[in-house]
Amino acid sequence: MEKKKGERKRFTESGIEVKPLYTQEDIKNLDPARDIGEAGEYPYTRGIHKTMYRDRLWTMRQYSGFGTPRDSNLRYKYLLEQGQTGLSVALDLPTQMGLDPDDPMSLAEVGRVGVCLSTLKDMETLFAGLSLDKITTSFTINATAAMLLAMYLCVGQKQGVPFDKVGGTIQNDILKEYVARGAWIYPPEFSLRLIVDTIEYCAKHTPRFNPISISGAHFRDAGCTAVQEAAFTLADALEYVKAVLHRGMDIDDFAPQLSFYFYTHNNLFEEVAKYRAMRKLWAMYMKEKFKAKNPRSCLFRFGVVCGGSTLMPQQYEINTIRVSYQALASVLGGVQSMFTCAMDEPFSIPTEETARLALRIQQVLGYETGVVDTSDPLGGSYFVESLTKEMADKVEELIESIEARGGMIKSIKEGFIQKEILEEAYRKEKRMRTGEMVVVGVNRFTIEEEEKELRLQEYNPQVAREQIELLNQLRRTRDKEKVKRHIEQLRTAGRNNENLMPYLIEAFKDYVSLGEVCQVFKEEFGIFQQPTVI
Amino acid sequence: MKIRFLMASPGLDGHDRGAKVVARALKDAGMEVIYLGIHRTAEEIVKAAVQEDVDFIGLSMLSGAHLILTEQVLKKMAEQKIDDLPLIVGGTIPKRDIEKLKKMGVPLVFPTQTPLDRIISAIKEYRLPQKT
Repeated sequence: MEKKKGERKRFTESGIEVKPLYTQEDIKNLDPARDIGEAGEYPYTRGIHKTMYRDRLWTMRQYSGFGTPRDSNLRYKYLLEQGQTGLSVALDLPTQMGLDPDDPMSLAEVGRVGVCLSTLKDMETLFAGLSLDKITTSFTINATAAMLLAMYLCVGQKQGVPFDKVGGTIQNDILKEYVARGAWIYPPEFSLRLIVDTIEYCAKHTPRFNPISISGAHFRDAGCTAVQEAAFTLADALEYVKAVLHRGMDIDDFAPQLSFYFYTHNNLFEEVAKYRAMRKLWAMYMKEKFKAKNPRSCLFRFGVVCGGSTLMPQQYEINTIRVSYQALASVLGGVQSMFTCAMDEPFSIPTEETARLALRIQQVLGYETGVVDTSDPLGGSYFVESLTKEMADKVEELIESIEARGGMIKSIKEGFIQKEILEEAYRKEKRMRTGEMVVVGVNRFTIEEEEKELRLQEYNPQVAREQIELLNQLRRTRDKEKVKRHIEQLRTAGRNNENLMPYLIEAFKDYVSLGEVCQVFKEEFGIFQQPTVI
Repeated sequence: MKIRFLMASPGLDGHDRGAKVVARALKDAGMEVIYLGIHRTAEEIVKAAVQEDVDFIGLSMLSGAHLILTEQVLKKMAEQKIDDLPLIVGGTIPKRDIEKLKKMGVPLVFPTQTPLDRIISAIKEYRLPQKT
């Protein structure tokens, strides 16, 4: 049967139907002030700053870290030389899981997917020659985020940089770890308490530091849609806000330091609309639900990563093209900081060359294309405004249904969120296999690829040995009495519900190791038992 | 009789999209899937394999530590005398490691982006040792 032109229905990745043409009709129900506004004004749909990138581009922050702290320190210096404007630290799995390199579980993983940091010595080496008042650092760290923040502040102090001049971000979002990626240690109750401790501490002592980066990225890479990513993240954020308010803080004391993190995937306009919709929803939640008075509490500040599960091993060079479009969508969506993945990441962490090329994507976008010259260039587009509204409605609806189930923590404990994501991941896999979803180089435009061997970043098996040696050396030379006293103080402060941050800072200063600290809390508060959902 | 398949992620990595999607596909293909989840030690995996009397063990690994982790599981399997069971490996496995894994005694290796139907048919067509 012959089809009429344009007859086949089209959908965004989240399943929102896209019409062949959008006109004024499609935005006639929008209230210009309430739904859109101007850039830099409530509800910030068009961006959190009036002039957006004209004054300053987003922070170019390439996620990086491997091997020993010395290896990573050299890579950071290289990336900064190449024009990167912020650091983003990738930690190895033992550090993420609160284990020292000499733990039997650490054996295969020391310095592999990130850098190994088990003591303040390691952190000092990592930032040698990098002044913490000149650079901001983001740490992708969750279960042990409070600990790494404490160490980072110690490094600042040793460099002579006061706490209130240290800027950066810890991811510190444990709820999404229970759902996706799985870098959890403790049960939700203690994990949440540690997070509230950091938020409270940063509100009082480190105004330039974001104590949390509430993340949708991991949901997304586990397979969910853009609408689910936005809704699950905001629903998590509501849980964190409630937990901090429960501690007795005022919303305006901590809300300006909350930040967010997402994946930008391939469906360009839906991604732009996602960020515009979330910005509006967040501002509304802050003002209407939590009665924030400080405009800064309403600012939805977010970072993104481009690549992830959209990267394919087949004709891997194509990944650079995918990431470039995703980066464009992120900038059109008003992003504050960005990490563009390198093309070889389906195989391994990037080499110096591929990491440099990935950074160049952002530089071309920022300095050559002109997309940065005006705020929210897509604002007012019939399609984008209509899609933004539709996404906001759908996201809000999903958040309400999660709230009706008893909130995010309950939904995670019951495995509901995990199941929703798996269903979507499975559906996506099938759509890709049937060709319904086109992936260039994978199910269309494939070629017989030569058996060429890529030059990958090599893992150095000596790293574990070196790090263990360093740790042992430190254990021999540090003040053993002090270490013992710190361990007991941490235990007591833990039991007495005191804010743990000051105790962590003091402990690391005397070179208590990360594994030793985490062990105390494991003994006191236990380990999370995962519900399995397939 | 239904094929019994144990799926686990050894080591510290918690990325489990692949493990779950494949587990789900095997289930839909009529297999009995025992999903052990993430952060598993070699000992836990092999113990579960014995208890559940499975026909296959599947490991999902994305961190790059697959050679060491596979070696650990194979060693435990030999200790428990279940080294006749096929151990299957999937995840971020560079080409150069596929042959290495096969030499170590892993009959089937599925790097990321292997189509689900290819995984299912390879498992179904695999000739299992006769159970005694």
